Amino acid sequence: MEFILEGLRKGLHLILSGNPEIFAITRLSLSVSLLATALAVLAGVPLGGWIAVKKFPLKKLLIALVNTGMGLPPVVAGLVVMLFLARSGPLGFLDWLYTPKGMVIAQFIIALPIITALSISAMQSVDPKFYNQVLTLGASDWQAIRVCLKEMRLTIVAAVIAGFGRLVAEVGAVMIVGGNIRHQTRMLTTATVMETQMGNFDMAIAIGLVLLAVGFIVNLALTLIQQDKVLAR
Amino acid sequence: MKKNLILAAAAFLAFGCQQKQAPQSIVRLATTTSVRDTGLLDVLNETFQKDGRYTLQAIAVGSGQAMQLGRTGEADILWVHSPDDEKKFVEEGFGTDRITFLHNDFVLLGPAADPAKVKGATKAAEAFRKIVSAKALFVSRADQSGTHKKELKVWDAAKVKPAGEFYLEAGQGMAGTLSVASEKKAYVLADRSTYLSMKKNIELEIVSEGDEALINRYSLILIPAAKFPKVNSAGAKAYYDFVLSKRAKEIIEGFGVEKYGQQLFFYDYAAK
Repeated sequence: MEFILEGLRKGLHLILSGNPEIFAITRLSLSVSLLATALAVLAGVPLGGWIAVKKFPLKKLLIALVNTGMGLPPVVAGLVVMLFLARSGPLGFLDWLYTPKGMVIAQFIIALPIITALSISAMQSVDPKFYNQVLTLGASDWQAIRVCLKEMRLTIVAAVIAGFGRLVAEVGAVMIVGGNIRHQTRMLTTATVMETQMGNFDMAIAIGLVLLAVGFIVNLALTLIQQDKVLAR
Repeated sequence: MKKNLILAAAAFLAFGCQQKQAPQSIVRLATTTSVRDTGLLDVLNETFQKDGRYTLQAIAVGSGQAMQLGRTGEADILWVHSPDDEKKFVEEGFGTDRITFLHNDFVLLGPAADPAKVKGATKAAEAFRKIVSAKALFVSRADQSGTHKKELKVWDAAKVKPAGEFYLEAGQGMAGTLSVASEKKAYVLADRSTYLSMKKNIELEIVSEGDEALINRYSLILIPAAKFPKVNSAGAKAYYDFVLSKRAKEIIEGFGVEKYGQQLFFYDYAAK
């Protein structure tokens, strides 16, 4: 029990004394996961809207696949991205393995099905009559989808929260693709694993606390945005 | 509002990542966890990168995985400690200019109570035999690393094989394996440098050391650009020459004295 309290005390001290390494790791973690979430929203929301309103063969199968993708194990995503980005792999010319860019790709792949699936179900919760009405007013398919998506922006924010929460807490993919290189690709999660294995519990606790705080602050911001919209209605 | 958020995130990242993209030549070193976990790698790399010509990407994995990265041209240079595998690696044409330049040693660690009464055994094989006959717990790296290979060699010499439930295969790096062994009150083979760097965090002590069979030799190996065109051979050579320089020798020989109270790595090469 004593070593837990001692670790907690030292951990808090590390944070409060503004340890530059923890700060840099936090910045990288936030940058990578926020960018991956943003890219997944840009791609996944329109994609989800389109899948929801369009009729095409095997649509149910595709939706089932997207839903399955929500549970995609990060280590599998990491492995696949690693194999593609490796020098001997098909995308080796990019030189993105063991870089933040590579980690963004891996996290994007993890977040995309989550955002897409939640967008599909959000879009399908909008009354189809509304969508058809917008079409009869002379809107194109994409314009109509956009109008509908605007209507369900609250749900989209929920999708963003779910996606980001998954990414910032994810360790398997960034460990494989990033390699946990100090000053280059060390993230909050990979640093926590490493410090725990080394038995440096104070550092592990400090980084773990930052990880919790980051998750809370970002979610708080998103929730405020979401609730403001509720009130604005 | 959502768009603003996305833009802010994108701007944040673009800003955040820019620092990492200096137009330097990147050298990818595949090395072993012992070199990283002791902190030696950080100290050496700082000096190597000082003139700004190269950025070192050091991937710390087991020697087995490091050589796998070499086999596919994923790394530019290796710093490993698995002599038999290294010789094979070079013979097969995956590496050149192998030079064994550094050593320290492995130590057998166990709980203070020493349930297998290993203390006093001067031969590693004898100590290993005692662990098996006492049915004491042994934790193995089990990751094809240099330490794992050395452990298998000692089992061979001991002519015994530890049985099922008394032999835990951790599948982790040295630090992770030591943590497991400490919690399980088990015996474990470790390189002395990682043991010293973790000593304060684990409840294990040295029960056998000093056998010639436990010497741990580190080598550098270059990956030939002739075989893998993407290999940064100029950068790899620069790192190779740096590690074999008098400057690096001084850093390595001085390393650990202040932090751990003793020298961790012993330089065997006549540095230029």
